[in-house]
Amino acid sequence: MVRLLGILLGLGFVLVTAVSLGWGVYAYITEEHHESVEHAFHLEAEHVSFSFDGPFGKYDRQQLQRGFQVYKEVCASCHGLSFVAFRNLADLGYQEAEIKAVADKWQIEVPAVDPKTGEASTRKALPADYFPNPYPNEVAARAANNNALPPDLSLITKARHGGPAYIASLLTGYRDAQTYRTKEGKALPAESRPGQGLYFNPYFPNLNIAMPPPLRDDQVTYADGTKASAGQMSADVSAFLAWTAEPKLENRKSAGWAVLLFLLFATVLAYLAYQNIWHGGASRKVRKTGPLDPVNMAKSDEAKRDAGIAG
Amino acid sequence: MSFPWAEEYRPKNGFTRWIDQRLPLPRLVYGAVGGGYPVPRNLNYFWNFGVLAGIALMIQIVTGIILAMHYVPSDAQAFRSVEHIMRDVNQGWLLRYLHANGASFFFIVTYIHIFRGLYYGSYKAPRELVWMLGLVILLLMMATAFMGYVLPWGQMSFWGAKVITGLFGAIPLVGEPVQTWLLGGFAPDQATLNRFFSLHYLLPFVIAGVIILHIWALHIPGSSNPTGVDVKSAQDTVPFHPYYTAKDGFGLGVFLILLAAVTYFAPNYLGHADNYIPANPLSTPSHIVPEWYFWPFYAILRAFTVDFILEAKLWGVLAMFAAILLLFFLPWLDPSPVRSGNYRPRFKQFFWILMIDIVILGWCGGLPAEEPYVMISQVATIYYFAHFLIILPILSWTEKTLPLPNSISESVLHGEERESAPIDLSGARPATAAE
Repeated sequence: MVRLLGILLGLGFVLVTAVSLGWGVYAYITEEHHESVEHAFHLEAEHVSFSFDGPFGKYDRQQLQRGFQVYKEVCASCHGLSFVAFRNLADLGYQEAEIKAVADKWQIEVPAVDPKTGEASTRKALPADYFPNPYPNEVAARAANNNALPPDLSLITKARHGGPAYIASLLTGYRDAQTYRTKEGKALPAESRPGQGLYFNPYFPNLNIAMPPPLRDDQVTYADGTKASAGQMSADVSAFLAWTAEPKLENRKSAGWAVLLFLLFATVLAYLAYQNIWHGGASRKVRKTGPLDPVNMAKSDEAKRDAGIAG
Repeated sequence: MSFPWAEEYRPKNGFTRWIDQRLPLPRLVYGAVGGGYPVPRNLNYFWNFGVLAGIALMIQIVTGIILAMHYVPSDAQAFRSVEHIMRDVNQGWLLRYLHANGASFFFIVTYIHIFRGLYYGSYKAPRELVWMLGLVILLLMMATAFMGYVLPWGQMSFWGAKVITGLFGAIPLVGEPVQTWLLGGFAPDQATLNRFFSLHYLLPFVIAGVIILHIWALHIPGSSNPTGVDVKSAQDTVPFHPYYTAKDGFGLGVFLILLAAVTYFAPNYLGHADNYIPANPLSTPSHIVPEWYFWPFYAILRAFTVDFILEAKLWGVLAMFAAILLLFFLPWLDPSPVRSGNYRPRFKQFFWILMIDIVILGWCGGLPAEEPYVMISQVATIYYFAHFLIILPILSWTEKTLPLPNSISESVLHGEERESAPIDLSGARPATAAE
């Protein structure tokens, strides 16, 4: 009875799905297929290699410091870093005094209360403060940026497909919409060209981004003398943003190796114990008179009891 | 517990005797997972996965309780509190990554455990209740995992909650009031987050309770085995401890190695990038997907695209729930007296087609709802329902099965030296009595 009802119900589901399938196939065959502009022109992130790639990768402190300099001098005017505190810069190799100075000289002050009047005011940042947002709120941010909202960068490398390589590709990926050609030689259709306040960038998912090209050669002067090409700066700031998103990456990987080695050793021991136990009785050829024969087991129990062995 | 030759618990000293007379807990444990539980001697590695699922639950409970000490269930602070855990709590990154990836591994081992039951006919008499309680656990796991994914209050959390609770909105007449009641509002909000947190904390303990019933029901007939032949004599079994505790110890090691490899070296691989963006009710992600373990069901949900008597959305919801609920009737949909797929040549072929079908459904469920993926998922959905509701019932009437061995030890023995070792050690498959 259950089987008959089941078959009926099954036929029902099969029929209804088949109706949807038939409709879909019909539409697929008869309708024209338009490849979307995004699909035709969007590029996946370029391969950019970083020192922290792979299971042994570590951050390059020099690079992170350069990346922080790019953030401070270029990105920070529009983008916040609200999950990172000034004190966290110690991870980059800065000394306490340097961190204090960075916080103290930070262009945007931290919201505070005037201790005399109780009115809202601002004060200079301290190492314990999180990086202050460049705009007091979203409305102000949009008003200053042609109605676009510059995203907070703390987690940006984890919040975008492609991670740091995507950020690096995006920062150097601006192209002229008029002259751009895909590998197949296709030009961007006129109606998809960026409007007022937008810039064509094939690495950006919908191709037109509100952020103006942020980096040009020699925009910053690196303290360590590295040549500040746009490519160098984009790689450095991407590495820095990888750190802001995943500050515990090095702890994670080194702990991972220790845990894996321990588990590997424990598993080998567990395997040997397993083999040993099964070798003792169950894996031996079983006959009527085998070691697991109840009569034999009773005898062995008796022998153990006589010898005073527990179990 | 279940066989007359099961070893009886014997307290070894005055203290354990004293305990045994007052609270025979050691006796219970000995009979449940100790030397007092006789288990078929021919279990293969697929029988490790029940224990692994239990351990995965424990990992989730332990990491989850500590995470709850630092997490704030507030729409304004949830996201920040998770980042606080990742950055400032001692080993907080480990707790959170272990909890997130632990959920994935819990589902991996549970799915393998279920597929093992499907292949070896573990759902058949006398183990129907074991199977059904297991399905109850699966449903509770799904609810728990879904609500847990909402807690970080990222973009996928918010929009996932909106889409999944929206499914209840497809119910005719009462749909929308039910959805509002579930959410505590018209959209996911503070009320939703708070109740999901409360239930996410509660349900794992309910799961633990149902697991106790699951094991209790299992211990009445005893464990099934790869031949599907009932245990007939003491020769067919070995005591759970030390034989299977040792084997489970090895399986646990392999499981933990894989879990650690993902947790420490690719912790975000199984997640979605959008969940690192704080929830924003005004910005819909271009492509809303649940976690990977829901993808096959998500594909079934989206396979219904045409209104046919009922609304397409309602068909999708009905089919998605039916896809799991029909498994409760499996013992009666497939009453073939032969349990193990090893002795059912046709069944075996269809079983593997089903496995491929579920992989295809999962693959489609993770992709955007675009052609040709929708058509592929529709074909796969048709096979899914046909397999359980049409093919299995017909097979159980018509299939010519292979002869079964007379007993487990005969299947293990079968003459040759190699085959006389337990199945898993020698690599040999159970022999048939006819050969």
